[in-house]
Amino acid sequence: MNRLSVDLPGLQLKNPIMPASGCFGFGKEYGKLYDLSVLGAIMIKATTLETRLGNPTPRVAETSSGMLNAIGLQNPGLEGVMEGELPWLEQFDVPIIANVAGTETADYVEVAKEISTAPNVHALELNISCPNVKEGGITFGTDPKIAKELTAAVKAVSKVPVYVKLSPNVTDIKEIAIAVEEGGADGITMINTLLGMRLDEKTGKPIIANKTGGLSGPAIKPVAIKMVHEVSQVVNIPIIGMGGVTNSQDVIDFLSAGASAVAVGTANFVNPFICPTIIEELPLKLDELGINHISELVGRSHRF
Amino acid sequence: MIIQDKMIVKSQKEIAHNIFEMKLSGKLVGEITSPGQFVHIRVNDSYEMLLRRPISIAALDTAANEITILYRAEGQGTKSLSTKREGDIVDVLGPLGNGFPVEETEAGETAFLIGGGIGVPPLYELSKQLTAKGVTCVHILGFQSEDVVFYKEEFNALGETHIITVDGTAGSQGFVTNVMEKLGTDFSTYYSCGPMPMLNAVEKMYEGKKGFLSFEQRMGCGVGACFACVCETTEGSEKNYIKVCSDGPVFPAGVVAI
Ligand SMILES: Cc1cc2nc3c(=O)[nH]c(=O)nc-3n(C[C@H](O)[C@H](O)[C@H](O)COP(=O)(O)OP(=O)(O)OC[C@H]3O[C@@H](n4cnc5c(N)ncnc54)[C@H](O)[C@@H]3O)c2cc1C
Ligand SMILES: Cc1cc2nc3c(=O)[nH]c(=O)nc-3n(C[C@H](O)[C@H](O)[C@H](O)COP(=O)(O)O)c2cc1C
Ligand code: FES
Repeated sequence: MNRLSVDLPGLQLKNPIMPASGCFGFGKEYGKLYDLSVLGAIMIKATTLETRLGNPTPRVAETSSGMLNAIGLQNPGLEGVMEGELPWLEQFDVPIIANVAGTETADYVEVAKEISTAPNVHALELNISCPNVKEGGITFGTDPKIAKELTAAVKAVSKVPVYVKLSPNVTDIKEIAIAVEEGGADGITMINTLLGMRLDEKTGKPIIANKTGGLSGPAIKPVAIKMVHEVSQVVNIPIIGMGGVTNSQDVIDFLSAGASAVAVGTANFVNPFICPTIIEELPLKLDELGINHISELVGRSHRF
Repeated sequence: MIIQDKMIVKSQKEIAHNIFEMKLSGKLVGEITSPGQFVHIRVNDSYEMLLRRPISIAALDTAANEITILYRAEGQGTKSLSTKREGDIVDVLGPLGNGFPVEETEAGETAFLIGGGIGVPPLYELSKQLTAKGVTCVHILGFQSEDVVFYKEEFNALGETHIITVDGTAGSQGFVTNVMEKLGTDFSTYYSCGPMPMLNAVEKMYEGKKGFLSFEQRMGCGVGACFACVCETTEGSEKNYIKVCSDGPVFPAGVVAI
């Protein structure tokens, strides 16, 4: 029996670990370092209808136990991803979750319709939460009504299950979660980055050219855990949790909070082998906890 | 091939004010293909300083299985690195990027190597490899002041070396461009690494000459996956970006918009 297997809408995962969108490109770079087939899934960089060049530099800044980024969704566009990136990933035995971004509903719909036909794309992740582009989805992610409508519009055209990626930059994330579930979402991924800013010590000016950036890394884990804990109690669709995961204990924490699988973002930059390392460690963690199958951990934080 | 290596500190010395020379040993050394490649260093095991620091490979000693890095302890990460001692382990990812093309200069030809401040280090291994194949190297090295000048003797041993400081406390007073003006353009190739304004001035002054420039940019992954480290290109009619970490850090003159 595979103690780590997870079954989610559209996704039969060997294990619950996957690199988070934007932190793994389209797999080529890390594919030179290890066999990508060991991964549960891969969440690829956001894809938009047209090629996007992204923001001016500097695009990243380090903060205490975290980092800020304002990449601005640089990507080769739908055609570039369909022709130049996804076919290469077919050599690996790993489901792809395509992160879809846009500035208006029509963009999302067009990208979703097309990219969901790629043979290795097993699910979509609707990025309604990118904080780094003007109207870059974040407006979709902060208004429950708009989030619901967008989800429904994408659901109507997608050939594969649709997960919606939630922004933590809202007053009540539960409201948005319920709205996208009503809109027909098959699952939720959370959390995207928290908005932040770092100033240069000498000049007093923001380091990042975009001024603000999205905070990620260990610094945001407590926020993410709390939000997963809350959202998992108000929706009936599965959650892929993320935010500051750096080791197998963090994964256990996210599962306990109510996530069914876990994505690893920023930690890939610190240790490029972090995903395979965590996957290897997980069975030992289960032994320590005296647990047979990883699914037994899900929701321990609020289950009786 | 890029590997993540637990390298052993062979020595660590402060060779000028806040400038450290560190020798590291490990199997990563065998993977290095050209001078100007860099390594991405995790300064300690804590997640407090999350990101790795990109540092150039300043010298390569394959026989001793060692690399030398030269860095300025300025921010908290490089300061933490400077507390490592002989025998300590450092988590190093590399070698990264594409370095300076040694093959672009033939034996018997002359190359100008222009470096500014903490951009000087990669030029040292470059000069070693160029001189070894019979290229005459002329070094033009700019620093802020005397207390931060390093590797003067080492460069001198390889060829003609001009030191210039902003405050005139070592060598002549001024910027590298002042020396360049005097020396003329009787060379085949130039190679340069340093701050952006310097690279800009060097490229302008040597317009039409064959040259290679090494760029800096703030990085995330260091391997080409996160799109943090891009530079704008001048090529084509459309605006485009290239990645310093994996397409560079060295680009032929004229490719990067500066
Ligand atoms: C390809 C390349 C080669 C380099 N080679 C050398 C070298 O041989 N010797 C040397 O002393 N320095 C070199 N640098 C610059 C060096 O990376 C920075 O000085 C260093 O990262 C600063 O870290 P810190 O901990 O001192 O500063 P902090 O302010 O604590 O750094 C915070 C964050 O900003 C980044 N950062 C800050 N300044 C720079 C910068 N100028 N360039 C890139 N990232 C920066 C850091 O990497 C870190 O992620 C190189 C940079 C690049 C891109
Ligand atoms: C450099 C960088 C780029 C990112 N790009 C995207 C993106 O394109 N789409 C997206 O949905 N999330 C993106 N994210 C957010 C991550 O997928 C993840 O939600 C967030 O970083 C929290 O996880 P972490 O703390 O493990 O990094 C990006 C994060 C980083 C650090
Ligand atoms: S640092 Fe990530 S792409 Fe260059």
